Amino acid sequence: MSDPSTNISHLELGDRNETFLDSNELVINMGPQHPATHGVLRVILKLDGEKVLGTECVIGYLHRGVEKIAENRTYAMFNPYVDRMDYVAAVSNGLGYCEAVEKLLNVQAPPRANYIRVILTELNRLASHMLWLGTHALDIGAITPLFYTFRDREEILKIFEKYCGARLTTHAFRIGGCLYETYDGFEKDVTNFLDFVTPKIDEYEELLTTNRIWVERTKNVGKISGKECIALGVTGPVLRASGVRWDVRKAQPYAAYSDFDFEIPIGQNGDTYDRYLVRMAEMRQSLHIIRQAVGKIPEGPIMAKVPKVIKPPVGEIYHSIEAPKGELGYFIVSDGSTQPYRLRVRPPSFVNLQALDMMVRGQLVADVVAVIGTLDIVLGEVDR
Amino acid sequence: MLDYVTSYLRSNTTPGQAGNLLWAFIYIILIFLGLSVAVIAMNWLERKILAHMQVRLGPMRVGPHGLLQPIADAIKLLIKEDIMPAEADKSVFWIAPVLIVITAFTTFIVVPFGPTHAVTDMNIGVLFMLGVSSLSVLGVVMAGWASNSHYPLIGALRSSAQMVSYEIAMGLAVVAAVLMTSLHGIGLYGVAHGAVGDGTLSMIDIVKAQQDQHAWFIFKFFPLGLIAFFIFAVAMIAETNRAPFDLPEAESELTAGFHTEYSGFRWSLFFLAEYSAMIAVSSIAVTLWLGGWLRPFPTWLTGETWDLVFSLFPAATFLLLALIALVGTLRMPKHPYFRVQTLGLAGFAAVLALIGILLLLPPVRDRIQDIYWFSLKVAGFMYLYIWYRGTFPRYRFDQLMRVGWKVLLPVGLGVLILTAIVGVLL
Repeated sequence: MSDPSTNISHLELGDRNETFLDSNELVINMGPQHPATHGVLRVILKLDGEKVLGTECVIGYLHRGVEKIAENRTYAMFNPYVDRMDYVAAVSNGLGYCEAVEKLLNVQAPPRANYIRVILTELNRLASHMLWLGTHALDIGAITPLFYTFRDREEILKIFEKYCGARLTTHAFRIGGCLYETYDGFEKDVTNFLDFVTPKIDEYEELLTTNRIWVERTKNVGKISGKECIALGVTGPVLRASGVRWDVRKAQPYAAYSDFDFEIPIGQNGDTYDRYLVRMAEMRQSLHIIRQAVGKIPEGPIMAKVPKVIKPPVGEIYHSIEAPKGELGYFIVSDGSTQPYRLRVRPPSFVNLQALDMMVRGQLVADVVAVIGTLDIVLGEVDR
Repeated sequence: MLDYVTSYLRSNTTPGQAGNLLWAFIYIILIFLGLSVAVIAMNWLERKILAHMQVRLGPMRVGPHGLLQPIADAIKLLIKEDIMPAEADKSVFWIAPVLIVITAFTTFIVVPFGPTHAVTDMNIGVLFMLGVSSLSVLGVVMAGWASNSHYPLIGALRSSAQMVSYEIAMGLAVVAAVLMTSLHGIGLYGVAHGAVGDGTLSMIDIVKAQQDQHAWFIFKFFPLGLIAFFIFAVAMIAETNRAPFDLPEAESELTAGFHTEYSGFRWSLFFLAEYSAMIAVSSIAVTLWLGGWLRPFPTWLTGETWDLVFSLFPAATFLLLALIALVGTLRMPKHPYFRVQTLGLAGFAAVLALIGILLLLPPVRDRIQDIYWFSLKVAGFMYLYIWYRGTFPRYRFDQLMRVGWKVLLPVGLGVLILTAIVGVLL
């Protein structure tokens, strides 16, 4: 017992100052069935009273092997599968996949298709952000915004349904363009929706932005700096709220984004409140983009010349787009056959979830819920 | 025997003071029934009002406009399997909800629905009420501990910390109100009034003091009464664990807090206790600051005509409700499927109209008036509870503690001291 290194009890206790009043840490299990983990995320929390000492995320409850499925499907057959990853932003997922394959095939979607893609993707971004706002506010205890956002999201889903027949897993785009021409009155529907939703966003802000409790619950909660974000690969509104001006739509314009004039909202503090403000501003910017696009959809074909059997040349490609939750990338390796040799998805939710532990360490239990909400994860995408 | 029964009716004290046990018992039964009905009604109203705030309809299926939903829920809860965790401390697990319900109901002994409409009037009424209602924290801790599970334990710890710290602010506000009963001072209207009695802790005498001073205490020493009322109004929400202070049962963090492991009948006891406690603290607030059973504008709108007009309010309310139910009946879809519902709603309208007509009769009218105004004020608080729930996010634990100790407590102390100074000087 003279040598401290062989003293087992010393090793176990570490350098904690044990006294007779010492308390033990409490390990509690949050999820996978928990109302605030947005699906089936399981977080093991180590608590000292209310303070979080550390977390461990257990994921995989929704794993379906999407990437493996891709290897056994043709390029066109795999297209609907991507909708099931981030099921609240299915249109964005489809866009990323279609564009990646187009890049591999060296095909350009026609301008009309690109405009339709931009309109639908931005509508989808709105829908995704609305769902985020509702659930995030619900986690923090404000139950009413959820119903407001779901009411308004319904209008977007109606447009999707009219366009392609599906509301959630839309499968709206095809490799090489769009399958469906816009329906009669599409522009009118979209314009009406824009006029309808603009005051609604003010309505959400009225309930929350200056609400004292909301500000106290979100300011300085889950802080993360721009540097840490970059180190962890965190993208999307979380990165931008930390003051990094990175948006794939501006940095590497795809579809028709270079035609539109819009701003990238950024925050300064990288806390939950800034992320909230950034997303709210992004919703307004999306409206701005749609308003520009809907007035000048060019005439012309909606489908590029793509062979019936898609057989991309041997090679590999990485293409990323700005999905509502961050940078969504597809890495496809082609061996010249009709099926991808390997397909890898860079899911923003999965990468952003890494930051959870760093963001909640030293904060309170209630903040874990707020941070999970503010990361805006979708477990379908985390687990794939 | 008959004499024993009727003798009380001619007296003008509460049955407890008159020593009439029979009438005390009758009052207890009435309060118990009234509370149960109020909780059931509150259940329906909360769901409906909250639903309409959230642009949805709320219960619509069970009975017309979901009127029978609370009853269906009650039946479901009663016949549900009552699960007790294997590792739970059996006896404590049982005692906890019972204890909470008992404390919630016991407070109503001293609630004055009218000058004589209370089970009894203690000279320490306020103290009794605060004391008994603060016992409920014991039940919460017991429930959390006995469940032998992490979430309920954290919920119970939060709850006990919260209830204990808000009780202090609450107590200070109450002391300020009690102080006002003995201080003559001036009312809101700048009219100095003659001397009034000594300070009192009796619930009935507090209301009587407001009557004599011609000022509800919320308006007294403006804005001191208002601030004290505000402190109490905040603390009472925290005390009853309702939004935005519903941390102990923050469902997004702790699933259901201290009653996570409870189900069926025992859970329904918690539910009953929560709503009774809400009504109980609202009753204290109404008694201390809003003039209890006194009708509004007692100094401005005086005279026989106004007395008559105000005494017609209860009947008018019920007739209005009957009218609403009647309109609802007429608007029901004309389909054989809805026949039972339509008839039920028509019956409901008829019952409401009957009560309304009954309330028009002068003897009933005079007796029921006090209870009506008291209930109306309490109902206002109930609406506020629902409104808060629909509007506010939830406070975090440390913020809740900060609001309690660093804001409400110092302000409460300041109000108390200022009330004393102002009261003595004026």
